[in-house]
Order: sequence, then C-alpha cells, then structure tokens
Amino acid sequence: MKKANYPALMMAMALSLTAASQALARDEIRVVGSSTVYPFSTVVAERFGRSTAFKTPVVESTGTGGGFKLFCSGVGEGTPDVSNASREIKSSEIEDCQENGVQDIVEVKIGYDGIVLANAAGLSQYSLTTKDIFLALAKDVPDGNGGLKPNDAKTWKDVNPALPDAKIEVLGPPPTSGTRDAFAELAMESGCKAFDWIKETKASDKKRYQAICHSVREDGAYIEAGENDNLIVQKLDANKNALGIFGFSFLDQNMDKVQASLINGTDATFENISDGSYAIARPLYFYVKKAHLDAIPGLREFVVEFVSEDASGEEGYLEERGLIPMSGAEREEWLNNVLNFNSLS
Amino acid sequence: MPGVVERHRGEERFRRFGLAAIAVSMSFLAFFLISIIGTGYGAFIQTAIKIDVDLTLLEIGLEEGFATEDLAKVRYRSVVRAGMRALIPEDLGRRESRALYRLIGAGAEFELRDKVLAQPDLVGSVVSFWLTSSDDVDLYNKAGSTEAAEQQTRLTAKQIEWYSELKSNDRIKTRFNWIFLTGSDSRDPEVAGVWGATVGSFFALGVCLLLSCFVGVLAAIYLEEFAARNRWTQFLEVNINNLAAVPSITFGLLGLAIFLGFFGLPRSASLVGGMVLALMTLPTVIISSRVALQAVAPSIREAAFGIGASRVQTVFHHVVPLAMPGILTGTIIGMARALGETAPLLMIGMVAFIADAPTSLTQPASALPVQVYLWADSPERAFAEKTAGAILVLLVFLLLMNLMAVILRRKFEK
Repeated sequence: MKKANYPALMMAMALSLTAASQALARDEIRVVGSSTVYPFSTVVAERFGRSTAFKTPVVESTGTGGGFKLFCSGVGEGTPDVSNASREIKSSEIEDCQENGVQDIVEVKIGYDGIVLANAAGLSQYSLTTKDIFLALAKDVPDGNGGLKPNDAKTWKDVNPALPDAKIEVLGPPPTSGTRDAFAELAMESGCKAFDWIKETKASDKKRYQAICHSVREDGAYIEAGENDNLIVQKLDANKNALGIFGFSFLDQNMDKVQASLINGTDATFENISDGSYAIARPLYFYVKKAHLDAIPGLREFVVEFVSEDASGEEGYLEERGLIPMSGAEREEWLNNVLNFNSLS
Repeated sequence: MPGVVERHRGEERFRRFGLAAIAVSMSFLAFFLISIIGTGYGAFIQTAIKIDVDLTLLEIGLEEGFATEDLAKVRYRSVVRAGMRALIPEDLGRRESRALYRLIGAGAEFELRDKVLAQPDLVGSVVSFWLTSSDDVDLYNKAGSTEAAEQQTRLTAKQIEWYSELKSNDRIKTRFNWIFLTGSDSRDPEVAGVWGATVGSFFALGVCLLLSCFVGVLAAIYLEEFAARNRWTQFLEVNINNLAAVPSITFGLLGLAIFLGFFGLPRSASLVGGMVLALMTLPTVIISSRVALQAVAPSIREAAFGIGASRVQTVFHHVVPLAMPGILTGTIIGMARALGETAPLLMIGMVAFIADAPTSLTQPASALPVQVYLWADSPERAFAEKTAGAILVLLVFLLLMNLMAVILRRKFEK
C-alpha cells in the first residue's frame, strides 16, 4: 500500500507559509477608510491601474474610524498607505498615529458630499429647516420652559404647522456610519443651536450639549436601515410616507425614483452644495503616509492623479459619479499644498 | 385504540401536511430562482454600438513603418470619440459632444486597442467595429426603449434621440456579454466581470480543501479509531461540536490576529482567506467524517483483526475506504459552505475593490460572494443585474460541487 508521507506534507505547508510571509514586497497601493469616499477612490484606482504601468490599488471600505485605526497602526508594508475619510482627522487619531511611528501625514481634500433627505418621486416635496429636522428626530426636545421633554412628535405637522400632516418616518444609516455622524453634526446640531439656551450649554457643559444635539430618538420614528444606501432608495419607493437619509451620489443616480427635500429653503443641487449654500454638506478627504511615498511604487503618482483636473476638478470624471468638486480658488490652495506633499502640522 | 378508519384518516392527514410543506419550500425556491434569473439574465447580454473607426496613419498619429509597440500607445480614446462624432452629422458644442461620448462604454478604448493589436494590418483604413455601449444605453436598450424605459432611464432626451437614430441605422445590437465572464471588478458596470472573484474563490477553496481535508480527516480517524475514550477525548468532542456552531465572523477575527498579526501574512491574500475558511470548515469535516467512520460495521474491523491485521492496516485498508463516500460528502458540503462565506473574509481584507485578477496565492484577491456584496452596494443602477448575474454564477458553482459530491459518492459506493 502507498503510504502518504504526512509529516513531510506538514513540513511543506509550514515552509510555504514562511516563504509567503517573506515574499511581502508589496507593489500595489493599499487604500482603506470611508465608505463614502470608496466609490470615488475606486474609480481613480481603476483608471490609474489602466492608464499607468502600476498595479491597480486595492481599496477597502472600512469606515472612516476603522480606516484610521489601520492607517495609524504603524509604518511598513503591512499597513495601508492611504486612508479615506468623510471628516477631518481627529487630534486623538493623530496622536494614535504618532505613538505608532506614523509621523508625517499629508492631508488631501478632494471635494464635498451632500446628505439628502428624500422621499419617493411624484409625491409632494418636503421643505424642511434644520430646526424641523432636530425637533422631529431628536431624542429629547425643549419643552418651552428651559427644560427638556421626551420627543413625542408623531407627525410633521406636530413639529411645524406648515408641514404636512404625515407620520414622521425616517430611514437612515446606523450609528457606525460616517453619514450618520455627519447628519447629526450638520443637520441636527445646526437645528439644535437655534435654541439659545442649548447653544449656551455648549460653553458650560459640552457633553450635555452633544447629548442633546446628537441623540436620535429610538421610538421607531427613526428607522436604522443599514449601511446600504441602495436599500434605502428601494424602501422609499415602496413606503410612500417615509423620508430617507443618504448621500448625494445615490440621489444623482436615482433622480427618477426619489426627490430631495429643500433644506432651509435650498434645493440639494450640485451647485448649491459646491458653493456651500446647502446646509447638510461635508468635505471629503484622504490621508497619505509620507514615509510610504518612496517605498510604495506609484503612490506619488496616485495622489497626483486623484487631485488632477481630470479627476476631481470641475467636469472631471469623479463629478459624473456624484462628487462635488471644490471651487476654483479653494482647489488652487489645496493643490499647492498637496503637490508639495506638505505634511499636516 | 382508534379504529382502522381513524388511523387511515390520520395517515392521509399526515401525507397532506407533508405535501404542503414541500409545496411551500418549493415555492420559496421557485420565487428566489425566478427573481434572480429574471434580473440576472441581463448581465449576460450587452448592447454594442457599431462605430466606423478611422485608423488611417494621420488620424492615429503614426508614421509609415511604425513599430508594433507604438500601436499600443495610440490615443484610442480620441480615436473612439472621433468615430462617435462621425455618427452624428450635426455640429455639436462641447457639452453636447460630452453627452454623445457618454453613449459609448468606458472600456471602449481598451476594447479597440486590443482589437487593433490583434490585427495590426487594419491600420491604414476605416474599419467598422462593434464596441460596448455605456451602462445607461445598455439598460435602456434592454428594457426595449418603451415608455416605461423612458421614465426610468438616466439618458437625456437628446441622447435618446441619438440612440433612436443609431438604432434605425442598424448600428445597435445586443450580444453575449463575454466581459462579464472574463473581466474583473470595475466601477463601470459595462466592463465589470466575475473572473477575478472566481479565481480568488478558487485559490481560497484550494487552500481550504488541502488544509481542512488532511487535518480534518486525520483528526477524525484518530479520534474515532485510535484515541482512548476518556474524559479528555469527550472534552475535545464537545469543543469540536461547539466550534461548528460558532458564527463565522469569529474565525475572521482569529485569522486577523493570528495569520496577519502574528505570522505577518499579507492582507487580502487568498492564502489567508483559504486558511480562515479552513478553520471554519474543520469542525464540519471532522464531525461528518467521524459519523461516516462510526457507520462502518464493527464486524469489518473484527474480521480484519481476526486475520491478523494491525490497527493501522485495519483502518486504512478497510474502514476508511468504506467510510469514504460519507467523508467526501461532508468535505464537499463544508467546501460549498466556505464558497458562500463573506463574513470571515471581511476581517482579513478580502472585501475590497480589487481590479486585477490574482495570479498567486499571496496576491490580493476577492471572492464570489464578496463581489455580490460589493456590487449590491454600488450606486450605479446597472450593477443590480450584475449582482443577480454574479449570484447565478455562484449558484452554478454550488450546483457543480453538489453534483460532484453525488457522483463521487456513487462511484465509491460501488
């Protein structure tokens, strides 16, 4: 009988493992981070891979926070080169980076993304103020005597008599999402600040201020619909009462199915987000490890491609995907900074 | 004791319930298949536009006696665009031209390049090529350009007008979408394909099969045939049964900590994916192999011992061959489960945009279910049918694996 030589097989497996870990010399760029920047980052990566001799960068969508965690875990081939973010890097994250030896980071702003509140197309369009949004979705709302009461608004009419008598039902992303953070910060907080006494607590008790302004009600009016924005669009189509919260690029692709509400009287259009008049818009960034610029082939060129007029400029190919480019002057300023690879101070 | 009539009625009732249960599960399956095939078949056909491309030397910027390498450097993007403009007789402004170019797919320039490189003697004349259309044109064309399609489409009125003109000139056709089978992930739906993900899945499954089959079957044989029955082996048994029920993401976390963190293996590699999947399938393989070994009649073992065979001889000459059908079925079912898993791959970075198909085990790779997950999350409308198409491909693979299990079992049972 043939005897299989098991110990030798095991040895071979162990050997091939060590060989694999030594053959680490990485020749592709690794990008991690925000799921909002992911659709843009991947388009640039694909074009970059096709039009240059470098390999196509590998892009992972880990969320902004998760991205920085990986990014700041150290310098070397086992760590990512670029981290996408749908907000600015926090000082705590910079500290974390520095503790792990990631000293120089280049910050690159690529443009803006708008967050829209939309309902199914063909129905009457909502016109909301950020104050309405806060009063409709916050966990606790002012009771009119300088205190707070649990939010008991059932219909939009309860919030603002000018709004329709329709049940408040909002489909939105879960707390792990960057979109949710931005929504809380940009929409809820700005509505919250409209109450003077809450605004004053910001100086005295910042924790309490954040708790008031950022807490979303949990009694079923706000429905967590998962990270998949496509799903929210589909659900809006089926549920005529509901409003959905998602990114502008999904609105752009589904104009026939959903319509965005006016926010503070401004329509969620390309132009309004770009010039800053639309209230719920946020900047998008990516961060590059300076130490990797010379070690990873093509990293420098990838950054240059990302900020090129062809990609993130007005009329660039990212605009077709729903990115809202920076205006001319702001772009110039950033370009200067980025092309010299000035690190974050 | 009920009478005969009552007992017969009871049996009749039970049969009806059984049939109803089957009917319900069949209708779920039918509903699933119909909806997937209904959306997914569109992924396998694509719309192409016939363009007359001017490949004269002056037009493509080459001189007489050019080298073949120069042919790859031609700016095919502008060549395609010139061809598009020639289709529409009217004078177009900058914005309108851009709208016109959007009718043609993002991969058209590369398609043209490959065609010209394959037949360099085409250079010097005007040649007609069928090039892939953009995803919006594709969806509109496949929807049959009806009123309903007009409301759904992202094409502008002007683009629809151009489309109709091309259609009436027989410059639009649908053809089988080879790109979907041979291409890799892309952010442009018209050039996206499942090849890269299939190779990644294949690599990972290969590693998984090697590891879990050897380790799993050996562990099962040892535990069942050699190990003494004591507290220690009972403890092991309970643990293995427990592991089989652990949520798969846990194995991903384990892989992240051990294979990436401790051994320093590369992130997103199919090697690591296969190892993590092997961890996940090991308990299943061990349990089903042990059941198969237990099912071998004790008389076989006793007969072998009776004629003087040693324990190893008994096990490998008589018991294992008889248990083989069961062991194989268990292994293949474990593999089929591994093929459909995304959660453990998430933690080790295989859920990523990876546009190049992997050529070795250490290169970044994705997997078929990962591709389904990523496409389902893409904003572009045309990815809906690609998602369903990828699910169909995954189903075909699962079907083939289960078929293989049946065939192998038949073969070994003889």
